[in-house]
Amino acid sequence: MLNFILKRLGLAVLVAFTVSFISFSLMFLSGDPAAALAGETASDQDVEAIRVLYGFDRPMLVQYWDWLSSALVGDLGESYYFKLPVASLIAERLQVTMMLGLCGISFALLTAVPLGVAAAIRPNSIIDRIALFLSVAGQAMPSFWFGLILIVVFSIQFGILPPSGTSTWRHFIMPTIVLGYYAMPAIMRLTRAGMLEVLSSDYIRTARAKGASEFTVLFKHALRNAIIPVVSLAAVQMGFMLGGSIVVESIFALHGAGYLAWESIARNDLPTVQALILVFSLFYIVFTFLSDVLNAWLDPRMRAG
Amino acid sequence: MNSPLLRVKDLTIDIPVGGGTLNAVRGIDFDLNRGETLCIVGESGSGKSLTSLALMGLLGGRIKRTATQMEFDGIDLTKANNKTMRALRGDRMAMIFQEPMTSLNPAFTIGNQLMEALLLHRNVGKEAARARAIELLEKVGITAAESRLSQYPHQLSGGLRQRVMIAMALMCEPELIIADEPTTALDVTIQAQILRLLVDLGREMNMAMILITHDLGVVARVADKVAVMYAGELVETGSAEQVFNAPMHPYTRGLLRCIPQPGKTERGARLGTIPGIVPNLVGGVTGCPFRTRCDQAVAACRDAIPHRKPAENHRFRCVHETGHQIAETAV
Repeated sequence: MLNFILKRLGLAVLVAFTVSFISFSLMFLSGDPAAALAGETASDQDVEAIRVLYGFDRPMLVQYWDWLSSALVGDLGESYYFKLPVASLIAERLQVTMMLGLCGISFALLTAVPLGVAAAIRPNSIIDRIALFLSVAGQAMPSFWFGLILIVVFSIQFGILPPSGTSTWRHFIMPTIVLGYYAMPAIMRLTRAGMLEVLSSDYIRTARAKGASEFTVLFKHALRNAIIPVVSLAAVQMGFMLGGSIVVESIFALHGAGYLAWESIARNDLPTVQALILVFSLFYIVFTFLSDVLNAWLDPRMRAG
Repeated sequence: MNSPLLRVKDLTIDIPVGGGTLNAVRGIDFDLNRGETLCIVGESGSGKSLTSLALMGLLGGRIKRTATQMEFDGIDLTKANNKTMRALRGDRMAMIFQEPMTSLNPAFTIGNQLMEALLLHRNVGKEAARARAIELLEKVGITAAESRLSQYPHQLSGGLRQRVMIAMALMCEPELIIADEPTTALDVTIQAQILRLLVDLGREMNMAMILITHDLGVVARVADKVAVMYAGELVETGSAEQVFNAPMHPYTRGLLRCIPQPGKTERGARLGTIPGIVPNLVGGVTGCPFRTRCDQAVAACRDAIPHRKPAENHRFRCVHETGHQIAETAV
């Protein structure tokens, strides 16, 4: 097991470096950063001056090395627009995003897994139908629309929840529901399908033949096997929630990292965009690593890999 | 020893299917005493496995089971609730399945799965359960038993896994063990070993055993009683000698013709076959289910078939008194 973890860790680090290089290169493929910074009305001299000032005239590899070596010690440069160190800017915004992401994935898992299990125990029952309805609705409804409906109902009509901001935990209720409900259908369906398959397997019959209670059969023997693909999916969803919750953050005016990404892209704030891409991809790498480890713990057959 | 350990009367299993009801098992009767081995033989789909699952109460919700009597050591299984059945399963009656490759949970260690039944049914500690697991692994011929406890099923071969399944079934020293084709999925070279092991352990612990198989060679070696199933009915039951030496039902005779017998079958001679296929059991079965394939069939085979009792404990169902067509009944 330790061997497996170390191997995966090494792999994760390699992936992180590769991703950092690719994301750095991509920023240069999208156009001349000096021209973009200088603006449409700038003269050629101004553009040249900016190019030299920000070091864009140097070879790309040198710039990458420069950026990487300072990034490794926590210096991600200074935002062109906010005029603040990117690292502290992101750190501040990440608090909101991480809070939202953790709440969102928890909400998704806590609703999807029990619902999926219940649906699988009695396929085609009323619970199964309700679960199916909820998942179809969740998949069909765009987040921005669902978010606005919640605001109309709970903030404007009943006035029980604040429509925007981040100051109290009550501000996070609606964003959590919107973000979690977006991830819920896929997790629910995967749990249901996994449970259905596992419950008809021979080893479940073996467990019943031993006289195990229905609870033990479901939650010891079945769920542990059925949850394995769900773990991988949840890791990807979690990465998505931390990096791509721009829509939800804008609707509820939560100034998180997703919102920051949108702002910096719109303003050609290169260091911030680069740093955000790095941070978001690191999230994916970390969650993939964690889900690999969790899966190996759940399924001993994976430990060899 | 006066009353049998297991008594089954008129066991019937119906499965709802798309076009109606599949009468999978119809009117099964048999008794089994302590320490006795009953072999149920018959071809695939004859209802052998369903019968065994019905005894364990493991049929699943959609399948309907009825019986006028089904008693295990005085406990009426037809009226037993889930709790009673759970208390019996794995403790006093245990089951070994056909597929060792998929019958063990891939996510738990051998030790965990072995100890589970004992911890569940007996008031023992983890250490005692562990000791018992090691003892049984050694008994079923697994070397380095202690280190196996921390292994996972995927690290064991099929033969080893079936040995583990046997050990698992024996954990609580059940009075009845049901083995549903325990060696079918194994290598031919291991089949005999595993079977001998199972039968020897059964004798040693004085367990009653129901062995489901379609290997008549096995039956001849281990059975006290034989029950021949065909298309959901028991066509003939009796002691091993009765069924092998004086088979009455045409199907039993046909089955015995299909295996070579030392001293009887000539070298190079063709073995028998039974032409035709098993009838469709959906929507009411009347008369003898074997009549479409039977070389002794007459018009009366469409009607109710009488139970015949040529000797004590030997029963079969056929229109012909001796299982053979005689001139007067021919059409």
